Amino acid sequence: MSDAINKAPMGPHGPDAATAREEMLKIYPKKTQRKRGKQMLVNEDPATPAEIGANSRTVPGIITQRGCSYAGCKGVVIGPIYDILHITHGPIGCGWYSWLSRRNITKIRAEGETNYLQYSMSTDMQEDHIVFGGEKQLATAIQEAYDEFHPKAISVYATCPVGLIGDDIHTVCRTMKEKLGINIFGFSCEGYKGVSQSAGHHIANNGVFKHMIGLDDTPVEAKYKINILGEYNIGGDAWEIDRVLQLCGIHIIGTLSGGVSYGEICNCHMADLNVVMCHRSINYMAEMMEEKFGIPWFKVNFIGIEGTKKSLRKIAQYFGDKELIDRVEEVIAAEMAEVKPVLDDIRTRTFGKTAALFVGGSRAHHYQDLFEDMDMQVIAAGYEFAHRDDYEGRDVLPHIKIDADSRNIEELEVTADETRFDAAKPEKKKALEESGFTFSDYEGMMRQMAKDTLVIDDISHHEMEKLIEMYHPDVIGSGIKDKYVIEKMGVPCKQLHSYDYGGPYAGFKGAVNFFKDIDRMTSTKVWKLARAPWHTDGSEPAEKEATPASA
Amino acid sequence: MLEGTTAEIRERKALRINPAKTCQPIGAMYAALGINKCMPHSHGSQGCCAYHRSQLTRHHKDPVVATTSSFTEGASVFGGMANLKTALSNIFNIYEPDIVAVHTTCLSEVIGDDIPMIIKKSAEDGIIPEGKVVIHTNTPSFAGSHVTGFSNQCAAFVKYLAESSGETKNVLNIFPGWVEPADMREMKRLAEMVGVEYIMAPDTSDVLDSPHDGKYHMYPDGGTTVAQLKAMGDSFLTLALGPLASTAAATELEKKCKVPNKVLELPIGVKATDEFVNALRLAGDTAVPADLEKERGRLVDMISDMSQYLHNLKIAIFGDPDHLTSMVSFLVEMGAKPMIVITGTPGKKWEAKMKEICSETNPEAEILAFSDIHYMHQWIKNNPVDLIMGNTYGKYVARTEKLPYVRFGFPILDRVGHRAFPSVGYTGGMRILEKITDALFDQRDREDPDHEVELVL
Repeated sequence: MSDAINKAPMGPHGPDAATAREEMLKIYPKKTQRKRGKQMLVNEDPATPAEIGANSRTVPGIITQRGCSYAGCKGVVIGPIYDILHITHGPIGCGWYSWLSRRNITKIRAEGETNYLQYSMSTDMQEDHIVFGGEKQLATAIQEAYDEFHPKAISVYATCPVGLIGDDIHTVCRTMKEKLGINIFGFSCEGYKGVSQSAGHHIANNGVFKHMIGLDDTPVEAKYKINILGEYNIGGDAWEIDRVLQLCGIHIIGTLSGGVSYGEICNCHMADLNVVMCHRSINYMAEMMEEKFGIPWFKVNFIGIEGTKKSLRKIAQYFGDKELIDRVEEVIAAEMAEVKPVLDDIRTRTFGKTAALFVGGSRAHHYQDLFEDMDMQVIAAGYEFAHRDDYEGRDVLPHIKIDADSRNIEELEVTADETRFDAAKPEKKKALEESGFTFSDYEGMMRQMAKDTLVIDDISHHEMEKLIEMYHPDVIGSGIKDKYVIEKMGVPCKQLHSYDYGGPYAGFKGAVNFFKDIDRMTSTKVWKLARAPWHTDGSEPAEKEATPASA
Repeated sequence: MLEGTTAEIRERKALRINPAKTCQPIGAMYAALGINKCMPHSHGSQGCCAYHRSQLTRHHKDPVVATTSSFTEGASVFGGMANLKTALSNIFNIYEPDIVAVHTTCLSEVIGDDIPMIIKKSAEDGIIPEGKVVIHTNTPSFAGSHVTGFSNQCAAFVKYLAESSGETKNVLNIFPGWVEPADMREMKRLAEMVGVEYIMAPDTSDVLDSPHDGKYHMYPDGGTTVAQLKAMGDSFLTLALGPLASTAAATELEKKCKVPNKVLELPIGVKATDEFVNALRLAGDTAVPADLEKERGRLVDMISDMSQYLHNLKIAIFGDPDHLTSMVSFLVEMGAKPMIVITGTPGKKWEAKMKEICSETNPEAEILAFSDIHYMHQWIKNNPVDLIMGNTYGKYVARTEKLPYVRFGFPILDRVGHRAFPSVGYTGGMRILEKITDALFDQRDREDPDHEVELVL
């Protein structure tokens, strides 16, 4: 954050964060108050973040932002793989709601391929399947999908009732795999598992690791080969990251899993390095690939100008070639020549404005970089489904208690691959670490946030309303369910799941898009229209009649 | 675009591809939003509630609030009673609704939670404050469709709330069916024009098309009040619009409070609107005002003006049964030729009714319930059409086949007009006609060879 901003941590309006916290909690019944209280903190000492009650059960009856395990698995992690045929095993709803709604944009790689993301396929379970079991229905559906489309691979997702009636989707998948001779695998991502989408991410990581990673050992001819983990190509983010890395001469084998192909995932263990964007959704994969193949990983952030520069430089340093290090600087300089004039202009208007971010498992952190680039002040932030390490940093990992909801999610036992583990990689990692280079690192959101700002995990509808009443931020980053609630109050809301159908926001060109969008939103005069001219004398709008016109 | 879709149609017994329906609970949520100061509550995993709220928000571009029992694996094993009781306590303390409308999900249906028992227990335990109401409906996702869920929720309003005081009042009940807030507003305007006193339930106008006044109102002005729902038992007649969406509620009201009913199709197009207006006239023992006659006349005039473009126009259409019955009737009135009519909702009787409607211009029309958009797409590849109509998902088919597309039904996620302008009534008919001809003419203006471009159409 620029030194020029030295204002109250919660911005120009409203009380201090502790008072606001009390105000938000006041209305709750005692038990709810205790529970929510643990998920709302004042960031008193950013250097040593306090313990937050993240990844705990949602309080029933609270209007929550969270979704379910199925949404995290099918909707987020596996859903974007365009050339796998995806079948939802369950009643019709889950497959329908996750149909094209997450902006998993992609480009088919070759003529003749099918982009299955435009299709919603499901077993459309009816009552008799619930009573007598749905395994036969699933097997038939897989056969019909194969006959109709001849895909490379088929992926099956279990919904709530499937787990309850005890359908063994994995056996069905195995049997059909043998019968049809293509890769077929299932995910037990029933919606009731875990406490949010996060459980689904973990289940998805396990499945991708078991059924796809390492299937194709074809060597990749490139000098610097990496994978981007936890980048989902919303609005074309992955393509912008790819553009910048290509300019630097760095080759991406696989982006997990935005815009990716099945083949790229099967081949991505051939990389020299994994870099992690969304730590929450994919750290499992980074860890497992390191254990099995020796590929080291570190955290990057291509959201924000400073974050992008830092990430590029760190990747170059990892490879350590002067040629690459110089090339990265050239690319940064060339890109900045385009970014700087735009940012300099926009910053004159965004300077000192306030923002609050409540979204996802990494975006509420990453997007703080973009607001910092614009000299804006983030007064409050929180994730929807993150864990303590995403707030407090990975150093708390040994201290996180595993509760019943997390224990139900399988932890894969991974060992070094006998033939493919590359011992040179851990050696290189060790040497670099000795020189101060960090791996397997994520310092979490709270260290970056200013002292005495608010941190709210899984913000509830009530807390959001209170926050706006007290602080009236200039912009809020959130999701579709909150968007119009926020905007009715005259505060613009940028959807940070879907980008309001815009983007990309990653890398250099993406940052410029974001700066322009936020400039537009925080300068809009549309809210002023809310008040009719005959009320400009300060009188309140006329009360509507208490009862409808009739009866 | 849809590269894998070929003209070769294979029989499918188990695989649904590109559905023309979704699950029951979203319909129950939509209906409950049409009750004043009502909190819809989803009893199941929180993902259901998140999906329904998201999709309804994308369609209406307005706040959609609802709560959930947030089941975890424990609740799924031991039952959802503790979750629902906690939820009710939080809802009444924090959000202060007048009424909570609980609907089930496939999860709570499979584990067999007894919702009336949980509501009773909650009342006994003092969780439900004096004067507040909790109602429920069963909406298993593995039966029917989103329209069934809407219907079940409407019937639950009656089951729980309608009362008969013994004195019949000169008030007409209107169950509007699953239509847009703008459509409900238009139906009310028609009733007011004809001069009938009415209660409409549910009524999402002024809830999901709420005005921007710089403030957020968790419970906007609109919606049927609990008092009105109770009073429905004293009305002299019920008009149930849309047989699938509204018959259950009307039948329930007849059974419970002896209010007779008349089931009509949704008032889309000339004849269906005539039936509605005529029913209003007879109910109110009044005359149709001249202004309304003129509206009718303007629609008929527009149809006649455009009939050269509509005659034998080959149309593929998918959507929900009630919507399709009226819309296809309207298309037939205009002289168009429905070629294929698809719904995802099961219903053999509906198929027979549609066959009859289509026979006027196309006895060979392909009519299928419990089908999907993929089938329709394949069929079109074999039997060319001039225009496709349906919800937003159909735009991929239209783009692939390079055909004009008219959005109609639920959901519409990529246009804004449906929330503001009705499709019902005579004015709604003019809007539909405008959209159809605009789509046809826009395509001609864009794609016709230069020498064929016409100034006047």
